[in-house]
Amino acid sequence: MAEKNPIQPGPEGYIPTPASFQGCDLPPPGKALLYGEIVDEETAMREAAKALLTRKNPTIFPGPLVLWGWNADAMEKAKAVLELAMEIPNCRIIPMPDYRPKYPKIDPEAEINPNHPNLTILHNRIEVCIFVGVHCHYANLSLRMIRAGTNCYTIALCGEMGHEDAMVSLRDVHADEIRRFRDVLVEVRKEMGIEWEPKLPPENPSLPKEEWVKVSPLDFGEYAYLLIPRRGEIVEESE
Amino acid sequence: MGLEYVRISPGFEKYMPRDYVDLVKYGPFGKQVDVMQMGQFKELVEEHPMCAGCYMAYFIRVFYAALPNPEDTIVLGTAGCARLALSQAAVPFIYGNYGDTNAVASGLKRALSIRFPDKVKDVVVIAGDGGLIDIGFGMTMHSWFRREKFTTIMVDNEVYGNTGGQESGMSPKGIQLKMAPLGKKFDKINAVELAKTAGCVYVARISPTNPKRIAKTIRRAILAARHFGPTFIHAYTSCNIEYSIPTREVLADARKREKQDFKFYEWMTDEVKEFFEELERKEKQEVKK
Repeated sequence: MAEKNPIQPGPEGYIPTPASFQGCDLPPPGKALLYGEIVDEETAMREAAKALLTRKNPTIFPGPLVLWGWNADAMEKAKAVLELAMEIPNCRIIPMPDYRPKYPKIDPEAEINPNHPNLTILHNRIEVCIFVGVHCHYANLSLRMIRAGTNCYTIALCGEMGHEDAMVSLRDVHADEIRRFRDVLVEVRKEMGIEWEPKLPPENPSLPKEEWVKVSPLDFGEYAYLLIPRRGEIVEESE
Repeated sequence: MGLEYVRISPGFEKYMPRDYVDLVKYGPFGKQVDVMQMGQFKELVEEHPMCAGCYMAYFIRVFYAALPNPEDTIVLGTAGCARLALSQAAVPFIYGNYGDTNAVASGLKRALSIRFPDKVKDVVVIAGDGGLIDIGFGMTMHSWFRREKFTTIMVDNEVYGNTGGQESGMSPKGIQLKMAPLGKKFDKINAVELAKTAGCVYVARISPTNPKRIAKTIRRAILAARHFGPTFIHAYTSCNIEYSIPTREVLADARKREKQDFKFYEWMTDEVKEFFEELERKEKQEVKK
């Protein structure tokens, strides 16, 4: 017998039992998943809205299907995501532009990488997030990692069949459905008495491009000698 | 894939990381960059975890700068050093199981030609000597026998560098390696002649000492594969760790090997030759205009 509401915010610990092994099925069309249970879309949307309005540092993680304007639908969906972001108080947008592994490291304030999403979530102390426009296989990977290692409440706005590993998962979500979710969120916000003037989230804080003309070897302090070797000296060690 | 995939959705420009904004603005997508301009445009691969002084990393950097159509290219690799940098580039990358890259590439190229009949999609396999000529030998050869239209590039470091230094079929005769102390008893496999016999329409052997020549060879291999059939490049990319080549001597080693057994060699069928003559004649005319 499956446990009731098995999919809760983590940390579940290393390699948590997959939601599908805990008896969670993907929702049929017109339904949604809430904590691993199939419910009405409206119920799931209201619960997701409450989490976004009450938990700390709400963040939207848009994936490549939204970030890149590869067709008219994607651009419309991107517009809807921005409209949603405007209505969530103190919301941030941290993008996932692609899935390539990035080593030695990423800038966790500027982007999220599906191969180690926990870095971005833990660094920014994100307690509730929305996945939208992330291809299913990488959304599954990331959502499970997030549930394993963080206390983040995950909401998956999926364009396909949904994700069992998210706390709230809506299916067949496109621009219109995102706008519907936005309306529900605004309604819940008003019910909760939260005052908020819609505004766009802050811009990406990526470091400005290094301007090499302005960088002096002296900026490198004790490592300056690595940049200006003495005459005839060949530097082999870089660390 | 395609230029529309490197266009940021309206409104999201200020939410993208700087890296991607630069890639769209100053990257090589949709334009023909010259490899000699490297450093003046945003390159497709920048950070990578390969060893300091790795010549393969240099070759891969030049490879990405030389792609004729980066927005419509898919790169395949397999276990080995090369994939460490390949997987971090801003070009779609598929990691094949060890040895099956050319089989995956065959299916991929066929699928792309069905899915996008009006578009040019380039498929390039870059794998090491182990992945292509040792363990992947059968699949590599059969893709050539079947005349599959994609490019195969062997980055030959003459050793299994990732796993501690076992000898490969491409290690030179007599060489002693960390995990092969008795010395190799057989000759290096003549991959270039094999490729010619197996049906490749363009074959080249190169020691990457001259970036302009590397770029030209890669471009030719990709263009020939697009129109005629399989193409193959055998590139010497030394393993400075397993062969204990001091970092400062890596280029000198490449030059030395170029004089010994990696002299630049290029072979193509008559129709490919005609194609390039025509293409280069047109390009010269355009430059004159």
